[in-house]
Amino acid sequence: MSANVEPVSAETGTLTLDRSVAQAHVAVGERRRPMHIMLHVVFVIVCLVYLLPFAWMLSTSLKLDGREIAMPPEWIPNPAVWSNYYRAMTGLPMFLYLQNTLTITITATALGVFTASLTGFGFARLRFPGRDVLFSLCLATLMLPGIVTLIPEFLIYRQIGWINTFLPLIEPWTLGGHVLRIFLFRQYAMTIPQDYDEAARVDGASALRIWWSIILPLSRPVLATMAILAFIYHWNDFLRPLVFLQDKDLRTLAIGLRLFRSEYLVQWNLLMAASALMLLPILALFFAAQRYFVQGIVMTGIKG
Amino acid sequence: MATTVRTAGALARPGRRFLSQQTLEGYACILPWLLGFACFVAGPMVAALLISLTDWSMLEPPIWIGLDNYQRMLKDPLFYTVLVNTAYISFLAVPLHLIVALGIALGLNEKLTGVNIYRTIFYLPSQMPIVASALLWLWVFNPDFGLANALLNVLNLPPLRWLFDPTLSKPSIVLITMWGGIGTPMIIFLAGLQGVPESLYEAANIDGAGSFARFRHITLPMLSPIIFFNLIIGVIASFQAYFTLVFITTQGGPANTSLIFILYIYFKAFRDFDMGYAAALAWTLFLIVLALTGINFLLARFWVHYEGGERT
Repeated sequence: MSANVEPVSAETGTLTLDRSVAQAHVAVGERRRPMHIMLHVVFVIVCLVYLLPFAWMLSTSLKLDGREIAMPPEWIPNPAVWSNYYRAMTGLPMFLYLQNTLTITITATALGVFTASLTGFGFARLRFPGRDVLFSLCLATLMLPGIVTLIPEFLIYRQIGWINTFLPLIEPWTLGGHVLRIFLFRQYAMTIPQDYDEAARVDGASALRIWWSIILPLSRPVLATMAILAFIYHWNDFLRPLVFLQDKDLRTLAIGLRLFRSEYLVQWNLLMAASALMLLPILALFFAAQRYFVQGIVMTGIKG
Repeated sequence: MATTVRTAGALARPGRRFLSQQTLEGYACILPWLLGFACFVAGPMVAALLISLTDWSMLEPPIWIGLDNYQRMLKDPLFYTVLVNTAYISFLAVPLHLIVALGIALGLNEKLTGVNIYRTIFYLPSQMPIVASALLWLWVFNPDFGLANALLNVLNLPPLRWLFDPTLSKPSIVLITMWGGIGTPMIIFLAGLQGVPESLYEAANIDGAGSFARFRHITLPMLSPIIFFNLIIGVIASFQAYFTLVFITTQGGPANTSLIFILYIYFKAFRDFDMGYAAALAWTLFLIVLALTGINFLLARFWVHYEGGERT
């Protein structure tokens, strides 16, 4: 918090120190004003560059058929064809894809967060031989390229009949969940005072009971972060559904969107409308739960 | 109420039995992960290693061929193309992401009005569904009707073929990753910057240090563990995360100029059903990632500054 200011010796005394700090503050404040204006200018320009693709997407999605390839492009489509969004939804069985995506996303998120919190709790608050080695192993799997396990997974699932089911997209996350989620929960659970557990222990509570009735209720913010990260992961996932779901009726939105491209190759306005629709729930989630996004990332960064 | 009882209870408990019960409970809690690790990580890893020693087209049973797949890799010209492409994209993208993300984070760390709006805008692209943003960028870089060429036209510059030009395909992909790849490292940098004690800067001000000196001698060393963390995560991610982007936009083309490692493995396994060779490639990728991470950890000694006794 307030680390000591080393360069000032004891003789100079606190008074001088306070004054010089105050002076420094004033000086910094004055020096910073022109810099802040420059920063604003730079940020506004860079932000416009970052927003430009979104604007381009929205603009294209509202254009009449054939107008999207007008050169030079018109930024404000006239007329604005909102029915493109309806056509994008009905051109492919998007509702079916949505239903599939939601089934996978919600199941995998709920189960994954549940088990990851239990594991994270075990790593954070219980003492047992081999714990630290196992936790290092757990973290090390972050380094593992998913494609290495994908090939044998595919071969195994083919043997046991899991191809063209949602199981390969749910099961690995049900068991242990994403390692990052375990890590997040552990970091958070370590900050809860140990006294709570010990008190409950004295009352004869088991570890499971402590996890369920003490730690989980105190961990709502980190659970929210984990759930959001999980939701986005499963919503956006592309490679695994691509490999494991070959049946037309099982496709997810991410896969469907890609097919949209091959089936409507030149219909950029519809394709952009469909892309915007897929982006919408994430956008809504982002603004509704913004603080959990940032919090989650910050907690990840803490490890340093 | 319970707190008063606690000390007495904790002392009264016999050490031995308590420990073994805790051991059982500990393993019970991490059991889901242990099972998952065995079934979905360690098991498949070993299986992949074994598969990499076979010739397996999936139509016929696998044939044991020893290290032939690895020898074949050394003679496969595409393997070298893939290595060069992957290295090009990763080694260009990761440092660029870190530099830009740090620059933006430094700016956002100032007490500006509206700083939250800027932060949101910079962070947002990183959370977008990659399929949607890949399609969006495919359209932006459309050689005939795309936004990128429309902008060049305004500046009176000749149009480019971007993703479809063999010399520009890789830089174009790096350019796209500059949109979605900044957000996460930026937020982590921002968190790190807010952990640098203000008193250090105040002390430096008293000593008359300029802003560059403050950055060089306070911000950079204090932030170096965070830079290191972002570097490790960035390198690992760059080898895996660009699959969707490249798969949607170029499919590795034109003329294999954007064929990256993970896409090549995917094609070998799920297009050519050359499972043995694909598994050998996958294990090689794993070893490369491992080696790069190891090198990063070794080099870290020379530049990462850990504050003694500092707590975060």
